[in-house]
Amino acid sequence: MNNIGANSFNIGYLDTLACGDSVLHRLDPRAKLIATLMFIVAVVSFDKYALSQLTPFFIYPIVLISLGGLPAGYLLKKVLLVSPFAILVGIFNPLLDKEILIQFGSIGIAGGWISFMSILLRFVLTVTAALILVSLTGFNAVCGALLKFGMPRPFVMQLLFFYRYIFVLTDEAERMVRAGSFRSFNSRAVGFKTFIPLTGTLLLRTLERAERIYHAMCCRGFDGHIRIIRAMKIRHQEIIFTLGWTFLFIWLRCYNIPLTLGALITGVLK
Amino acid sequence: MSHHIVEAVDLQYTYPDGTAGLKGVSFRISHGESVAIVGENGAVKSTLLLHLNGYLTAAQGTVRIGDYPLTKQNLKAVRRSVGMVFQNPDDQLFMPTVFDDVAFGPLNLGLAKEEVVLTVNRALETVGVAHLKQRPPYKLSQGEKRAVSIATVLAMSPDILVMDEPTSSLDPRSRRRLIELLKTFRHTKIVATHDLDMALDLCERTIVLHQGRITADGPTQKIMRDEELLRSSSLEKPLRMQSCPVCAGEKKAF
Repeated sequence: MNNIGANSFNIGYLDTLACGDSVLHRLDPRAKLIATLMFIVAVVSFDKYALSQLTPFFIYPIVLISLGGLPAGYLLKKVLLVSPFAILVGIFNPLLDKEILIQFGSIGIAGGWISFMSILLRFVLTVTAALILVSLTGFNAVCGALLKFGMPRPFVMQLLFFYRYIFVLTDEAERMVRAGSFRSFNSRAVGFKTFIPLTGTLLLRTLERAERIYHAMCCRGFDGHIRIIRAMKIRHQEIIFTLGWTFLFIWLRCYNIPLTLGALITGVLK
Repeated sequence: MSHHIVEAVDLQYTYPDGTAGLKGVSFRISHGESVAIVGENGAVKSTLLLHLNGYLTAAQGTVRIGDYPLTKQNLKAVRRSVGMVFQNPDDQLFMPTVFDDVAFGPLNLGLAKEEVVLTVNRALETVGVAHLKQRPPYKLSQGEKRAVSIATVLAMSPDILVMDEPTSSLDPRSRRRLIELLKTFRHTKIVATHDLDMALDLCERTIVLHQGRITADGPTQKIMRDEELLRSSSLEKPLRMQSCPVCAGEKKAF
């Protein structure tokens, strides 16, 4: 059975979450965007075998999810949905890098496995952070913030249009797949042979729609510039939020907290 | 108030693939008139509408909006004065939120931000959907989408409203609400439709298109009674003017 529709509905759920009303929801999108970018840069900047140093970074998603009242299970499912990409990126590491780095008694763990785990950990952290950003802010407000930061206007517009029409497109694709599956009497709804013309038709329909949208834009005075009104304000809480997280990330990046803690505990035990 | 006049003189149009579209269409719609353009599928109603705001250019013939012929030079002014509501609201509502969408036109007209906010609020209140302001368009019902589409056009304060199948894919109540709303507008209205009952409710004048030509142009009541004309144009009498089969059956029984 196809589940394109179900997935698109779930993406839409991020917007529903963004309509929530918490301290974090009310923050200016720019503050959340900077904090998220800092977080991602900090997480990605570790060397390839970093594992223990990454774990303290889970504090960011945990605090935001609990303060923002976000459904952790739903976000986790979304992360799992895209996880094959990360697995694909790192899956060959254990095969290529067989040098033993850690020895647990008689079991040696190869560097490849550690870097693979590190990739997965970074993937979970960064994707969760991005999802949290969208669920606390809304995709459109994130785009608004990007625009304020000087991101080229055409690029932001592409993003906005993409987000506006992804739902229409998935609906259209879903209807076509459904129509196909109703008339194909085997278990596979869309075979390879039907997939190609189906994608072609979808592309043609998209082009036609693009033309109609362009026409609609021209009718309302489109002159190559899209103007959007967005009221954004940086207050004390935004500054505290951004600086607080940034300093924490820098601290976590520079000091290996789990190692220090471990040394402290073993020192006390001795 | 002559700028509310729409006049087409001998419009001819051929599609890029060579199919003949309009084959010499002429009419004059004056200020405040409400006109239905009816015809079967493929009667090029939508093509005709696209000529009225300069999206398509006729191979021959002219369109006059107000006192001037439509040219490339005055296209911007014409598009402000001729507000177009599309058949599919998903084509019309392209911005991320309802507010942004309604504000799109006024912002392009160069209005000040405060003025834009006022205009958007007024337009949304007129069509009764002010509460949807911050919603993304894809989450609205068909009826709501249609109302917002009309608001996007009203926000540009057009003199002439051109609508393509405004009642298609609406449930009966939303359809009725829309008709009542459109009745309150004082604009010149041009409505392409299959919904002949709506034409009866809304438009005092009807133009019948058949295979790219005008086969009739006159009072709606008169045209809708002319069964021969309707049949030859692949149309049917509006439902309310057909005799009720249930009542007819009852009469026979008595």
